[in-house]
Amino acid sequence: MIAYLTSPKALRAALPAVSFGIILLIIWFYSPFAVSYMGLNLMLQYAVPITLATIAQMFIITVNDLDLSIGSFVGLTACIGATLLADTPILGILALAACVAAYVAVGALIHWRNLPSIVVTLGMSFVWLGIAVLVLPTPGGTAPGWVKAIMGLKTPFVPFPIVAAAVIGIVVHFALMRSSYGVVLRGAGGNPKAIGRAGWSLLKTKMVMFGAAGFFGVLSGLALIGLTSAGDAHIADRYTLFTIAGVILGGGEFVGGRVSPIGAVLGALTLALTPQLMGFMKIPTDWQIGALGGILIIVLALRVLINRREA
Amino acid sequence: MNSLPIFKRLVEKPWIWSYVGMIVVWLATISYTGGKGGADVLTAALSFATFTVIVGIGQMFVITTGPGNVDLSIPATISFSGAVAMKIMDGSNSMLLIGLIVSLGCGLVVGVFNYMLIRVLRIPPIIATLSSSFLVLSTAIAYGRGLKIKPPGLLAEFATAQIYGVPILAIVVAGFAVVMGVVLNRTIYGRSVLAIGQNMRAAWLAGIKVEKIRFATYVLSAVLAALCGFVLAGFSGGASLNMGEEYLLGSIAVVVIGGTSVAGGKANVPGIWGAAMFMFLLVTMLNTFGASAGVRLILTGLIIVTVITIAGGDKPQR
Repeated sequence: MIAYLTSPKALRAALPAVSFGIILLIIWFYSPFAVSYMGLNLMLQYAVPITLATIAQMFIITVNDLDLSIGSFVGLTACIGATLLADTPILGILALAACVAAYVAVGALIHWRNLPSIVVTLGMSFVWLGIAVLVLPTPGGTAPGWVKAIMGLKTPFVPFPIVAAAVIGIVVHFALMRSSYGVVLRGAGGNPKAIGRAGWSLLKTKMVMFGAAGFFGVLSGLALIGLTSAGDAHIADRYTLFTIAGVILGGGEFVGGRVSPIGAVLGALTLALTPQLMGFMKIPTDWQIGALGGILIIVLALRVLINRREA
Repeated sequence: MNSLPIFKRLVEKPWIWSYVGMIVVWLATISYTGGKGGADVLTAALSFATFTVIVGIGQMFVITTGPGNVDLSIPATISFSGAVAMKIMDGSNSMLLIGLIVSLGCGLVVGVFNYMLIRVLRIPPIIATLSSSFLVLSTAIAYGRGLKIKPPGLLAEFATAQIYGVPILAIVVAGFAVVMGVVLNRTIYGRSVLAIGQNMRAAWLAGIKVEKIRFATYVLSAVLAALCGFVLAGFSGGASLNMGEEYLLGSIAVVVIGGTSVAGGKANVPGIWGAAMFMFLLVTMLNTFGASAGVRLILTGLIIVTVITIAGGDKPQR
């Protein structure tokens, strides 16, 4: 039992949970009241959209790509949600479906021409931002009532953001880690040649993963306007960085289809708490992004130490 | 001499398309304005392209070392070096040299740090340069808070001076580009970079000091980004914390559009100039046509995606 608990595999899996726990513990140390139903509800308010976007990024990383456009994509879906979806729901749903279809097309293009995803998604980030600016030139609009109602849910005992994050994590875990097609999808990142030889379509795996990322991007945008109740093309610009950091913090490897949905959710929660932690520790906001970089480097360094024992 | 082979040889050059695109876009712009301002547009394009070329060359060397190699810390380094240089020089001409040295030193530190993350912690370059860019940007923000220092007069003059409508800085950087072209194609360092990009293992077996070359390449990219921050701050009358932002896409786009292979192992310097001019003239053209900000963004993005689709990703060699 102890041998298992200290094995590299178990340590690696525990790392995201431990880092989240440590941050929570430090916050509790500074202000015990913060770690209560009300406090957590407030502190983790924005955790839901970040978690959804992080899962989207994780899908892309699973197939060895990287999405540098997820931030502006979430911004676009937020703008559509705050305008079209609120005014003419049918048109809004069609527009959001078209966004997901566009993601599928990007995935297909990347596979078809064997393109580097960072260049393609960097280009697409301008396209999403441009469309968002056309849809909603100045910040505004209103979120549909039902979106606001969902995001404002008061769950008993456990704050809504935690419940939502848990549900997201478990659903994606079963779809990606426990289903048979999930194995194929991860295999497409781990050993594409083997998956291709076994008769699976690599084009299809890429399209499925990009489509899933697009879908979660849409959910993230909607969750975001449910909280802010208005849209803005630049509302989620920082999400691109946050989501990559979240996946890595959550134990995702950069290549090889080694990802962990539960870990990614914990990584996203850790990221959502970091600004609060810095607030409690009275660290100037200037260092907020820097702290993100520092945490990333520390976690990656720890992981190297763990992996070295495995080798 | 038969003119046909020359033409044929030109068409086969990977960088030729960036120049074709540049000329087409320029002609479209001046035919819309009825020939007015054609020369002014070119002068402006030369001025602004210069900065993209400086960082583009560094990014090109990094990308050429093979798939997965890219420097995402360029924008942060530009802002950081600009802020530090402005603060140290404090507008005084006598501090110019010291400012330049400190600025390049900033680049050196970032480059060494990037490589340490890649080598010691074995972090993939994309994540390593991204994480370090967070730290660098935060340092720049904390250090440069309320920064409103004018650059030394000499630097501002040098960065904006022109001879017959040709910016001096553009001439200097064109000369630098020629030097870097020679470095790429005629020196052991340049040939090693190309060899590593084609097949890292084969290069290593052939006795190339792979890690030393990669180290030099990441340092080169960061130092060039710092240099860009230094002259850009002089050009735009002071450093601002988001002045590096547009160079994330800019540096990668000019490398790709310029005909350098994103799979590594194939690079060329002339294409970077053509692509940088093309990118600026494209935005100018869309402005002239009266396109809105949204349309401009969409077209910029689509053109990059189209170019990379046509160029295609070469099959990675293993």
